Amino acid sequence: MAGRAAHGAVGLARFMLVTILTFLGLLAITFFIGRVVPIDPVLSVVGDRATQEVYDAARERMGLDRPLVVQFFSYVGNVLSGDLGQSISTGRAVTSDLARVFPATLEMATIGILIGVLLGVPMGVIAATRQGSWADQLIRVLGLLGYSVPAFWLGLVGLAVFYAGLGWVAGPGRVDFFYEGMVDTITGLYLIDSLIAGEMDIFRNALSHLVLPASILGFFSLAYIARMTRSFMLDQLAQEYVTTARVKGVPERRVVWRHAFFPIRIQLITVIGLSYASLLEGSVMIEVVFSWPGIGNYLTTALLNADMNAVLGATLVIGSVFILINKISDVLYRILDPRARQ
Amino acid sequence: MSALHEWLLEESPSSRTQARLGRAWRILSALARNPLAAIGALIIIALVVTALFAPLIAPFSAVGQDLSNRLMPPSAEHWMGTDELGRDIFSRVVYGSRITLLIVAMVAVISAPIGLLVGAISGYAGGWTDRILMGITDIFLSMPKLILALAFVAALGPGIENAIIAIAITAWPVYARIARAETLTFRDAEFIAAIRLQGASATRIILRHVLPLCASSTIIRVTLDMAGIILTAAGLGFLGLGAQPPLPEWGAMISRGRNFILDQWWVATMPGFAIIAVSLGFCFLGDGLRDVLDPKQRESR
Repeated sequence: MAGRAAHGAVGLARFMLVTILTFLGLLAITFFIGRVVPIDPVLSVVGDRATQEVYDAARERMGLDRPLVVQFFSYVGNVLSGDLGQSISTGRAVTSDLARVFPATLEMATIGILIGVLLGVPMGVIAATRQGSWADQLIRVLGLLGYSVPAFWLGLVGLAVFYAGLGWVAGPGRVDFFYEGMVDTITGLYLIDSLIAGEMDIFRNALSHLVLPASILGFFSLAYIARMTRSFMLDQLAQEYVTTARVKGVPERRVVWRHAFFPIRIQLITVIGLSYASLLEGSVMIEVVFSWPGIGNYLTTALLNADMNAVLGATLVIGSVFILINKISDVLYRILDPRARQ
Repeated sequence: MSALHEWLLEESPSSRTQARLGRAWRILSALARNPLAAIGALIIIALVVTALFAPLIAPFSAVGQDLSNRLMPPSAEHWMGTDELGRDIFSRVVYGSRITLLIVAMVAVISAPIGLLVGAISGYAGGWTDRILMGITDIFLSMPKLILALAFVAALGPGIENAIIAIAITAWPVYARIARAETLTFRDAEFIAAIRLQGASATRIILRHVLPLCASSTIIRVTLDMAGIILTAAGLGFLGLGAQPPLPEWGAMISRGRNFILDQWWVATMPGFAIIAVSLGFCFLGDGLRDVLDPKQRESR
C-alpha cells in the first residue's frame, strides 16, 4: 500500500510539473510574440523625433535593455500578479477588460456544450445500436459537416434565415438596445442576473439573443461528441461481456445503457472536456458574426487596432482556460478510471 | 492489358519500379472501390483543374468592377450574382481556388517536414533529446490552434504569407507525435540494426530509412487536417487578417458580403459553398486513404 501511495505521489508531482511547464510554455509563446512585433514599443512611447538620449532613457525605464531571460521572468511575475498592461484602445487595464467580457463568452459556450452533450450523446448511442440505419447516416453526415462548414458562414446564414427571414430569434448582441445596462451585474451571465433581478422580460430577450449563436456552437460540439460516442459504443457492444448479458436474457435497453454505456462515460468526460475547450476557441468567430461582446470580439477588435497588450492578454486567458479544462478532464479521467490510476 | 495487370500485382516484384507501381495501383484501385474517397478525389482534382485553368473557366475578371451591375442576384449571366462592386462572384470563386490551393499546399510543405523531422529525431534518439523535443511538441499541442494563429498573425502583420506561416506553426506538432510513435515501433527492428552495423550515420538512417516509413501515416493525417487548415485560413481572411482585398479569397469574400446578408444573401453565401465542398473533399479523401493505407485504424473516427 505504501509503495502504491508513493507511486501516486510521484505521478502527482509529475503531473503538476507538466502542467506548470505547459503554462510556462504558453507564457513563453506570448512573450515571444510580444517581442517579434515589428512595432518598436519604445518608439511608440517617445515618438520617432526623440533624440538618442531620450530613446535610450525610455528603453531603460521600460526594462528593454535587460537580458531577455530577465525580461521574461519579470513578464511572468507581472502576469502572475494579474498585470497584463494597459489596452491602448479602451484605455483600461487589460485584466479588468477581460474580466468584464469573459462572462459573455462563458455563457454562450456553456449553453453550447449543454446542447452538444444533451443531443450528441444520445445520438451517438442510437447510431451505434442501429448501425447503417438512417439515424446512423444522419450522424455521419452531421459529423462530416462539423469538420467542413466554416462557423462564421453558418452564423451568417443562421442570421439571414432565423432572424431576418423567419423572425424566430433576436439579432446580434446580448440583449435589445433598450434593455442594455438595466440589470445589475452580479455574475455577468445575463440569464442568471435577470432571473435574480426577477426581470422576466429581460430573461426572455437575452435567451432569444443567445439561442442562435449557442445552437451553432452546440452543433459543432454535437457533431464531435456524437461521433466519438458512436465509436466508443461500437467498441463496447462488440465485447464478449455484452454478448454474455444478451445471452442471459438481459433486456436490450438495459444492455445498451447499463452494460455498454456505463463504462464509456469516463472516456466521454475527456471528449466533453476537449469539446468545451474548443468551443471557447470556436466562439471567437461566432462572437464576431453576432457582435457578441465576449472575449473573442475583444481579441479581434484588439487585433485590428494593433493593441498588442490586449491581444496577448486575451490569448493568454483563452489559452490558460483551454489548458486548464484539458488538465481537469485529464485528472477526472485518472480519478474515475481504475485502470488509469496505477 | 491483363499482362500489365498481372505484372503490377506480382507477389514478388523483380525491380523497385515494379514494386512501387504495383503499390500505387493497389492503392488507386482500392480508392476507386470506396465511393466517398472517389468523390473526395474528384473534388480535389476539380479544385486543382480550376486553379490551373482559372482564366479559361471564369467568364469574367476577378477584379474588374462594373458599378452599373452592382449586387445583381444569381442569373444565367452571373451564376452566383455580383458583389457590391459589380464583380462576378462565380469568377471570383474560381480565381479564389488558386489562393486556397496555395495556402493548403504551402502549409503542408512547411509543417509536415518539420513535424516529421522532429518526431523521427525524437523517436530515434530517445533520452533527453526525446524528452525536450516532445515537451515542446506537447506544449504546442495543448494550445488552442486558432487563437495561436491569430496571435502570430497579429505579431507578423496581416497578409497571405503571414497567415500561411501562422497556420504552419500551429500544424506541425501533430505530425511530430505521429512520426515519433511510428519511429518507436521500428527503432529496434533488425533492418535498422543491420544498416547501423554497416556504418550508416544517424542522419542517414533517419533520412533514408526512418522518414520514408513514417510517410503514409503522415500523408493520411495531412489530408484529414486539410479541412481544418482551409477553415482556419478562411477564418483569418474573414477577420481581415489573411489575404487582403482585392484578392478573391473565399473567407474575405464572405466578410464583404456580411453587410448585405439580409437583402443580398448570395454575396456571403456563395463562397461558403466553395469552402464546404473543398473541405468535404479533403475529409472524404482522408477517410478513404486511411482505410486503404492504414487498415489498423479503421473506424476510429
